[in-house]
Amino acid sequence: MGNDHNPSTDALVELRDAFKAYGAVQALRDGSLTLRPGEVRALMGENGAGKSTLVKVLGGVVRRDAGEMLVDGGPVDFGSPHDARDAGIAVIYQEPTLFPDLSIAENVVMGYHPLGALRRIDRGEMHRRVQELLDRLGVRLDPERPVRGLSIADQQIVEIAKALSFEARVLIMDEPTAALSGPEVERLFAVVRTLREEGAAVLFISHRLEEVFAICDTVTVMRDGAVVHDARIADMTPDDMVRRMVGRELGALFPKQDAKVGEAVLQVHRLTREGVFFDVSFEVRAGEIVALAGLVGAGRSEVARAIFGIDKPDAGHVEVAGQRLAPGRPLSAMRAGIGFVPEDRRQQGLVMDLSIARNATITRMGALSRLGLIRGASENRLAREWATRLQLKFHRLDNPAGFLSGGNQQKVVLAKWLATEPKLLILDEPTRGIDVGTKAEVHRLMSELAGRGLAVLMISSELPEVLGMADRVLVMHEGRLTAELSRSEADEETVIRAATGQVTEAAA
Amino acid sequence: MSVEAASPPGAEGARARRLTEWVFRVRELGIVVAFALLVAVTAILEPRFIETDSLRNLALNASIFAILAAGQTLVLVTRNVDLSVGSVLGLSAYFAGDLLSKNAGLPLPLVFLLGIALGAACGLINGILVTWGQVPALVVTLGTLYVFRGLAFLWTDGTQVNAETLPDSFLNLGTDSIVGVPILVIMALVVVAVVGQWLRDFRAGRELYAIGSNPEGARLAGVRSERRVLTAFVLAGALAGLGGVLFTARFGTVDATAGVGYELTVIAAAVVGGVAIFGGTGSVYGAALGALLLGTITSSLIVLRVEAFWQQAAIGALLLLAIGFDRLVGLRVDAALRRRSARRAG
Repeated sequence: MGNDHNPSTDALVELRDAFKAYGAVQALRDGSLTLRPGEVRALMGENGAGKSTLVKVLGGVVRRDAGEMLVDGGPVDFGSPHDARDAGIAVIYQEPTLFPDLSIAENVVMGYHPLGALRRIDRGEMHRRVQELLDRLGVRLDPERPVRGLSIADQQIVEIAKALSFEARVLIMDEPTAALSGPEVERLFAVVRTLREEGAAVLFISHRLEEVFAICDTVTVMRDGAVVHDARIADMTPDDMVRRMVGRELGALFPKQDAKVGEAVLQVHRLTREGVFFDVSFEVRAGEIVALAGLVGAGRSEVARAIFGIDKPDAGHVEVAGQRLAPGRPLSAMRAGIGFVPEDRRQQGLVMDLSIARNATITRMGALSRLGLIRGASENRLAREWATRLQLKFHRLDNPAGFLSGGNQQKVVLAKWLATEPKLLILDEPTRGIDVGTKAEVHRLMSELAGRGLAVLMISSELPEVLGMADRVLVMHEGRLTAELSRSEADEETVIRAATGQVTEAAA
Repeated sequence: MSVEAASPPGAEGARARRLTEWVFRVRELGIVVAFALLVAVTAILEPRFIETDSLRNLALNASIFAILAAGQTLVLVTRNVDLSVGSVLGLSAYFAGDLLSKNAGLPLPLVFLLGIALGAACGLINGILVTWGQVPALVVTLGTLYVFRGLAFLWTDGTQVNAETLPDSFLNLGTDSIVGVPILVIMALVVVAVVGQWLRDFRAGRELYAIGSNPEGARLAGVRSERRVLTAFVLAGALAGLGGVLFTARFGTVDATAGVGYELTVIAAAVVGGVAIFGGTGSVYGAALGALLLGTITSSLIVLRVEAFWQQAAIGALLLLAIGFDRLVGLRVDAALRRRSARRAG
């Protein structure tokens, strides 16, 4: 494979110094990347390093604010994913992009249906073509079946089939293997190798290091929104790669005070939701922070939702302080003393148009009202108390919550649950999208709460956060618990191994 | 598990196909069955109900609603809604009547074209506000519902178009038949068939479903969503315009209140016919059948001399029944599909 790096004229796609900011957040600062014919390039980096933004720029989903993009040596400026596709760039995104109401076949060919006479859709040809693609990927799926209800792995297969459905010269895959099993990954790799031999370029994003070493020729490493390293894979070791991805010392950032660990507060018994997670059992004790680690799509948030009663599990049950919760009833979970800070703050955690005070006290509405009317004075008093305790930075308590910065919004969500004096707090990605300073405050707060005997279940995709904060780390892989690691056992390698399904040691 | 493993390859695919087919067929078949039952029961209680004249009226009444429901379906599948269709129909009805009563010699196809164009223009306004203005369709079309109706009042200035001032050739369209089938019904059938085919068998039509099923996914798949949604609104407006001209041809007398409240009947018809209000599913054929069923219920209750209040309540009950039925089927299908996937993964 000719991987000489000097001439840039033979590049299929080249991105130079791409820059993209969302408000004050610089998602991509120095995005430079070259893809040559017959090259499989890995794009590595931690969550939030800017990989997905770079992919979206290449795919025409996001417009770069600055920098250059060249296709076949000529400058391009994609206005939509359509333009990227016309340039021969196929992208598999991390987000689900499927249409649940439509058949697998239609999902694959959407917008590019094979046409017959009078430009009518040729359904026979469509099904034949998609069947062929699915056969090539080695899965037994009926093209006429609706996508609704497919397992995550099968949805992933459909996404891959979608990207392979046209003659792509550049294939970009953002974590295509996250939900796939061994044989499925092998078949995908066979397809990738064929594409490489045909002269296509592939950009491959994966958290599984051994996959990267198995299939890739070159690697680009990103950290904090910038490309920090570009090399041939043969010149790298896994240790090198991890060091360049992390790029900082662990431990110093996230102080967790030691707390006295008490009785079990939460006990989860063989919780199962078909097609999502299976046979999940664990417990969280008072004064303990337990992290639920794993890759995106491993089923962590879904387990949390089932514990809190948002989704009804198909089997298993949850106990809080020995009391069994009614499944699928959030109110029952709240009464038992569970607080739930969801991942999507803007959609699920806050009512953005309501005042800060109302948001912070919404869980205490019953206690604050007399004869069914909420008394503004007591609402404000409670809100002010929490605002002070959490060092909330706000202008007025009656401003809409949407006015606050991400970190301060998160504090309001925390206040709302802390006001209920919970026994257990479930935090789903508690510091996502929060600036570094506030992040440290949130961590300090979590540690302090645990110190006072609160049980904390934290879901986090940020490894440093998991390793710094957790007393115990539970790792999920494809809907199953694959490891339970004590603070001393948990390090980058053990967690990543378990998260990528490389360990067989079953969890307790 | 072992039973599943022993089932021959391909059996799963066949079962999935049967399931989807069953759900599809049962949805439209369900309305046909309900329709047949309704006619049969009414006929037993009041035999005059199935006299030719009465059935003819039934079909005539449903025709305009079926055309509007076809247009509404286009908008609904994209996860939008058009509440302004009744007002657009009113505008176009008065426009056609006014035009013909002042220029009796005007060729009829031209009148139809102008009425359709007026409706399309209204639809274009809706579409532009929804796509470029990024205002929810519910709000936009609620606004234009009042604006278009207001325009009709301004324009008519309290007057009305009377049947005597309209040319017979035009009024005959609303009453004449070709080989026993009323012209109006034939037109409705043609519209429903053409729009239904377009939505079922053409790329643009399928993209409407994609947009309604997952708007962000449609964008990532390279679907030009704004253009498609705009098209849906323009077509819905154009069909409402056509409905307006036909309204005038059928009833002859038109004032500014023509088509008041039609929008709710039309949406009800589409929902009864299996079009999901949250987009992504449903067919024009189902919506048209829904219009027929709603019209028939009203007629049969009138024939049976049921009080007006109960007529409304019956329509409401039917709507709830249809929604409940869809939800039930949806849940069962979901569960079945999820179980199958789980087996495969496990």
